[in-house]
Amino acid sequence: MSTLRLLTVGTLLHVKQISRSPFEIAIALVVPVVQATLAVYLFRSSGEQHRLLEAAVGAGVMGVWSSVLFGSGGAIQGQRWQGTLEMIMLAPRRPVLVVLPITIATGLTGTYALLATLVWGRLLYGIRLDFAHPAAFVVAAVVCVVALGMFGLLLAATFVLMRNANALANTLEYPVWLVSGMLVPITVLPAWTTPIAAVLPTTWGARALREATSGGPVWPSLGICLGISLLCLVLGGFALTHVERRARAAATLALA
Amino acid sequence: MGSAYAIEAEELRRTYRARTGWLKPRRTEVEAVRGVTFTVGRGELFGLLGPNGAGKTTTIKMLNTLLIPTSGRARVCGHDVERETREVRRRIGYVFGGDRGLYDRLSALDNLRYFAELYAVPAREQKGRIAELLDLVGLAGRERERVEGYSRGMRQRLHIARGLLHSPDVLFLDEPSIGVDPVAARELRRTVADLASTGTTVLLTTHYMAEADELCDRIAVIADGCIQALGTPAELRRRAEGRRVVEVEAYGVPESAVDALRGLPGVRETAVEARGALQLLTVHSDAHVDVQSDVLRELAGIRLGRVDSREPTLEDAYVAIVSAAA
Ligand SMILES: Nc1ncnc2c1ncn2[C@@H]1O[C@H](COP(=O)(O)OP(=O)(O)OP(=O)(O)O)[C@@H](O)[C@H]1O
Ligand SMILES: [Mg+2]
Repeated sequence: MSTLRLLTVGTLLHVKQISRSPFEIAIALVVPVVQATLAVYLFRSSGEQHRLLEAAVGAGVMGVWSSVLFGSGGAIQGQRWQGTLEMIMLAPRRPVLVVLPITIATGLTGTYALLATLVWGRLLYGIRLDFAHPAAFVVAAVVCVVALGMFGLLLAATFVLMRNANALANTLEYPVWLVSGMLVPITVLPAWTTPIAAVLPTTWGARALREATSGGPVWPSLGICLGISLLCLVLGGFALTHVERRARAAATLALA
Repeated sequence: MGSAYAIEAEELRRTYRARTGWLKPRRTEVEAVRGVTFTVGRGELFGLLGPNGAGKTTTIKMLNTLLIPTSGRARVCGHDVERETREVRRRIGYVFGGDRGLYDRLSALDNLRYFAELYAVPAREQKGRIAELLDLVGLAGRERERVEGYSRGMRQRLHIARGLLHSPDVLFLDEPSIGVDPVAARELRRTVADLASTGTTVLLTTHYMAEADELCDRIAVIADGCIQALGTPAELRRRAEGRRVVEVEAYGVPESAVDALRGLPGVRETAVEARGALQLLTVHSDAHVDVQSDVLRELAGIRLGRVDSREPTLEDAYVAIVSAAA
């Protein structure tokens, strides 16, 4: 009970903290427009309305991923700067309970990017928002956000330890977009990416959303996405406990 | 519970290892704390004094579980800081000076609510506890404003409220009065004294000697990572017994003149402190030697302000201990 409250209150307050950042607000205003435009111009040639919506959804998921990636890295790094990392790690709680609300919060703020991309796509380019399975789409979106949050937790474990976390984050943005087929179908990618794609929860999340958009069996992909994410949660939990100890030995919780 | 002491530190050591440079990594090692041993009784108010870089913060962070000691052992409320981390964390509060450590874009209330959850303060007690603490630190009425708009002293007070949320048995205060105005600092001292009188154990670091003198039951002076002296303020003051202190306000004292003072018969220590345009010279001497006239002779030709000869204070004792260690 107290754990659930901690997760809820923690997530809400971190959403508040993140969404008030001027940097985040600027990004939130610009990026969705760019993504919607990108989606439209990449796929307009194919002429199919459904492909357009699919592309917009894909672009939106990229937004969620970017938010989680930079959020988990940025939030940990930012909190190191603010001096709050030490304070929250000092709480008598499992590290996973302390960090998970942060990464889920980044997923939630990322959802805004997904929605905004769709809205801009509708307003600017007249993309028709007729989803094949609207209800499934909503469920898939929610699962996707939570899943990415859990994946972010695994990343965050690395970020707690590394003082140069941002450098790692920068290199992970585009590869994961591509490999997990958020924008282009995996089938057009070279074969060696397939196994990588198969273990990334982002692949299955993006696929479930695509299936909900243009028709397909949504639930299997969503189930796999959730399964992999839960695995990430368990691994991330263990990793964080280990990493927290390492960080206390190496003195990397604080800046100096 | 069990142990008679709130804090026990045994031969604590901490070395920081850092690697600098990517291409040609160079290892640097800093021995920040080198074998510190002391105990703090339950309900005691214990001061840790020492110059910048002496190892005070490092010692505190080993005791509050943020750093694992390189060697040595420490227990807080009978629990080992390295192995029984969560047991220790439940019982301690940590407040450090400066304006970091808070969520700037959240209100004070949100900050406190979040930490109340982190510290598992029961839901139905939270509201009352938070209101009580806001009142205690004088932030009531402004708790809905974002922290980014707070002054330094207000942030510091919010820090203190946060550290007290879960009514800790042991409170670590690392320079809590930095940037706090004199009136607020006085209130802060009263709060700390009240906490100690109601049974909270407090470990305090500060650079304000008067504050340490007023508050602390016992003080450890730490320099260069080692404890140089430990005792009640009165005992430490006695370290400077048999001394007399001459203070001279001067304008533009050359290094050579200070060196000359150091060489005078009977002089034990000299210190120069810049205070705006003027410099404050402090000369410690044996009590039975009157060095004032000698000092003034050495300073002939230099513009002088107030000249004063007095009994040593805790600050003088501190200066004596620290400069003996150097
Ligand atoms: N994270 C770190 N990495 C490397 N060296 C460190 C680190 N933290 C502290 N040090 C070094 O350890 C020594 C002791 O530092 P510490 O912060 O404990 O001093 P302090 O007594 O608290 O000083 P102050 O009065 O300035 O707060 C200093 O030489 C400092 O440079
Ligand atoms: Mg310090």
